[in-house]
Amino acid sequence: MLKGMTSQRLIALSLTGIAFLNFPLLALWDKDIYILGWPLLPFGLFLVWGLLIIALVWVMEKRKPN
Amino acid sequence: MLSPYLVITVSFIYLFILFAVAYFGDKRAEAGKSIIASPWVYGLSMAVYCTAWTYFGSVGRAASSGIWFMPIYLGPMLSMILAWLVIRKMIRIAKTYRITSIADFIASRYGKSPLLAGLVTIITVVGIVPYIALQLKAISSGYEVMTTPLDGIVKSPSVWWSDSTLYMALILAGFTIIFGTRHLDSSERHEGLVAAIALESVVKLLAFLAVGMFVTYGIFNGMSDIFFQASAIPEIKALLTFDQGRSFAYTQWFAMTLLAMLAVVFLPRQFQIMVVENVDEQHLKRAVWVFPLYLLLINIFVLPIALGGLIYFGNAPVNAETFVLSLPLAQGQNMLALFVFVGGLSAVSGMVIVEVIAISTMVCNDLVMPVLLRNTRFGERSGGDLTALLLFIRRIAIIGILMLGYLYFHLAGEAYALVSIGLISFAAVAQFSPALLGGMYWKNGTRDGALAGLSLGFAMWIYTLMLPSIAKSGWISEDFLNLGLFGIEWLKPEQFLGLTGLDNLTHSLFWSLFINIAAYVAVSLWKRPSAHETSQALLFVDVFERTHIAQPVFWQGRAKVTDLLHLAGRFLGEKKAQRLFTDYALEVGANEIENIPENATLVQFVETNLTGAIGSASARIMVASVVDEEALELDDVMRILEEASQLRAYSVALEEKSRSLEQATKELQVANEQLKSLDRLKDNFMSSVTHELRTPLTSIRAMTELMLDDPNMVEEQRLEFLSIVVAEAERLSRLVNQVLDMAKIEAGHAEWHSNEVDILDLIKQSVSSISSAYKERGVVLELHTPKQVPLIHTDADRLIQVLLNLLSNAVKFAPEDKGKVELHLRDSTKGITVEVIDNGVGIAPEKQNLVFEKFRQVEGETNNQSGTGLGLPISRQIIEHFGGHMWLRSEIGEGACFGFFLPRKKLDLSEKS
Repeated sequence: MLKGMTSQRLIALSLTGIAFLNFPLLALWDKDIYILGWPLLPFGLFLVWGLLIIALVWVMEKRKPN
Repeated sequence: MLSPYLVITVSFIYLFILFAVAYFGDKRAEAGKSIIASPWVYGLSMAVYCTAWTYFGSVGRAASSGIWFMPIYLGPMLSMILAWLVIRKMIRIAKTYRITSIADFIASRYGKSPLLAGLVTIITVVGIVPYIALQLKAISSGYEVMTTPLDGIVKSPSVWWSDSTLYMALILAGFTIIFGTRHLDSSERHEGLVAAIALESVVKLLAFLAVGMFVTYGIFNGMSDIFFQASAIPEIKALLTFDQGRSFAYTQWFAMTLLAMLAVVFLPRQFQIMVVENVDEQHLKRAVWVFPLYLLLINIFVLPIALGGLIYFGNAPVNAETFVLSLPLAQGQNMLALFVFVGGLSAVSGMVIVEVIAISTMVCNDLVMPVLLRNTRFGERSGGDLTALLLFIRRIAIIGILMLGYLYFHLAGEAYALVSIGLISFAAVAQFSPALLGGMYWKNGTRDGALAGLSLGFAMWIYTLMLPSIAKSGWISEDFLNLGLFGIEWLKPEQFLGLTGLDNLTHSLFWSLFINIAAYVAVSLWKRPSAHETSQALLFVDVFERTHIAQPVFWQGRAKVTDLLHLAGRFLGEKKAQRLFTDYALEVGANEIENIPENATLVQFVETNLTGAIGSASARIMVASVVDEEALELDDVMRILEEASQLRAYSVALEEKSRSLEQATKELQVANEQLKSLDRLKDNFMSSVTHELRTPLTSIRAMTELMLDDPNMVEEQRLEFLSIVVAEAERLSRLVNQVLDMAKIEAGHAEWHSNEVDILDLIKQSVSSISSAYKERGVVLELHTPKQVPLIHTDADRLIQVLLNLLSNAVKFAPEDKGKVELHLRDSTKGITVEVIDNGVGIAPEKQNLVFEKFRQVEGETNNQSGTGLGLPISRQIIEHFGGHMWLRSEIGEGACFGFFLPRKKLDLSEKS
């Protein structure tokens, strides 16, 4: 199950996701700052969420070299 | 407000449109043209995850606790990252063994245990009931908001038969019945339904985005405006911080994310859509990101709507859960509100229909059928077709489940927020995770372990979450909640063993999963799994390692085809069974059903097909009732496995051999083709050479014969003839020389005398030796060369030969008197490039490839006689010998440009001489 490159990338990505969406990395966003009109906390959550999707697209839709 | 009739009419029209889509989808599926065979449809149908909870509840949640609505959607995001590893395995297992429900999946893994299937079904029914209640509550309160005047007070119905929620439940039951139980399908797939669900996902997303846009840009001036205004009100601003005074806030956050991660896989409707209804494993590749993207989009406006609503209504008593409706209504946007209501209806109906179909299948296959089949009286009476009975049981189950949902709605629903009700259900289905995930990756998990884990986890869930929810609504005494069971302090359901500080959901999730996992692992390790458990564990855990041909069949005994055919007919229908058996006969190479070999493979084939219709546990009982089985020992399992893997090894070796044989054949074929074409080339060459030699010989012979026959020939004529003879003889010797030259070069016997030469010098020599031909035809030769060119390592004579060939060709092509030929020399670090350009008629593109072939003279050449057709091929051979290449660029009427490139450093093609 962990032999393929895709599998390893997925596992790494899921660990990254768990790390970024929990304590303590999540606490970094809990500040009274506004970005593009959004409060930092929801902005950060949506940003991480969006980046995870982009990374997932990259892993899943990447064509194999051969 | 809107008229109730309008709302009801539009709702019905919408539901019928959905039904039409489903009907169309089913018809297309029957015709073999699936309309759902697309990863996009698959991804959209997964969004059945977004129910009234998302649609109404999230806004309510956001209005009371800010970003705390999000873990429910971040969990699925994380799950989907791993879906390609985990869900693909579930799909493969379910497809291989015809598993159609989560109860069947777990039961089948642990030795097809009917007890386990029943337990999982009971947990599902009890666990999902609150979730159904949530949908009913949401849609009925939505309906009330739509049809009540803005400042009016919602009256609760005085008598039960005027309660709109009851009718809502009945209508949904009706639609579920026509969507899901029109006919019996042995694989429990509903293509039309999936198409309708995908459409519903689009509708609810569009409706939610529409109201989000309206609130953000219609009522307010964009998101920044909402957040700016919110930051001015302290109570609302407080919502934008993380913990908001919670203790263990990050633990709660983690628990909720984990809960959603598990729920998105183990909710019956998600299992149905993701695993059972999956058309092609490969669709998962795209769906894993389409679904999270959908979730992101539908959540973008949740916070703006919630905060906007809070700012807009201020202190007015408006339920935040219906902001999506009350905001447009308050602004007089009735049509938008109606569209949003239809979106909400999509969310509710999609969830209810798929969820209840999935549960009704489980209730029928895993709860009712095993009981009926054990009943001897039923067994005696039920000789005939049972398909109608199966459908009837499912329909009753559908109505029953919705009525239970309605009951819970009255018991506990009114006191709770939508999200809190939903979380109770999430915690219930999370109990499946140890047994199911453990079963997929751990061979030692046993039936008893799964039973212990599930029942203890479920009991803990009831005690710490379900009962308190009912107690808090006032239906049972709250004493056990406040004082503990029997007044024992440490048995308090929400502070079990004195664990305080956690909220009740995290508390319950921790205890139930902890006890569940502990019991599952401990009991599994208590004693060795039985033969049947081992065989099923092997089939599940190693599903990717088994090829179709070497699938081990764990069964031994004697069976009769006729008995099995009769059995299949009872549950699948007579016709369908006949067709299945005929196909199977063809597959195993028997000409008739009677001649099918009565072996373990046949028994397994029938059992697998029955599993699709009545579940693995019931199928096992039924097959066992008509065949003569021998009990399987652990040794037998190991022996069968050994045989299968040996068979597999043989087939792999065989495949390997046939592949290498194929490879060798292919190589030989290629070599043969090469030889043949070389042979053809040689023949062509010979005939060309002889033909070319004959032409000058013929004219020499004609001239000399004429002179011989006529001794009185005039001196002038004789001289003319003699000069022709000399010219032809020269041509002949040139031809012979060139043929020899060519042959030498091709054979690699040519002599090369390479040294450092000045290319400018060579060009000068060539031009001076050919200038007379240019003068004769009145053609101008222009040289475009740099002043100095570094020396290049090559054979001077050979290069002059090439230059002369190109220049003489050019002069032949250039028109007489108006002709012009240009010679370009370019120098670079890599090498030199020479191009000779004439202004003649040019060469058609289709002929350009031919000019470098032997004896091909290009048409349009004026004095055809002097060419041998070997000049260019030899030139190219020479250039290629020095590692360069030669080309031709030309168009009709534009002249021709022959050129070559000679590298400074010759690729190491050792100079033989």
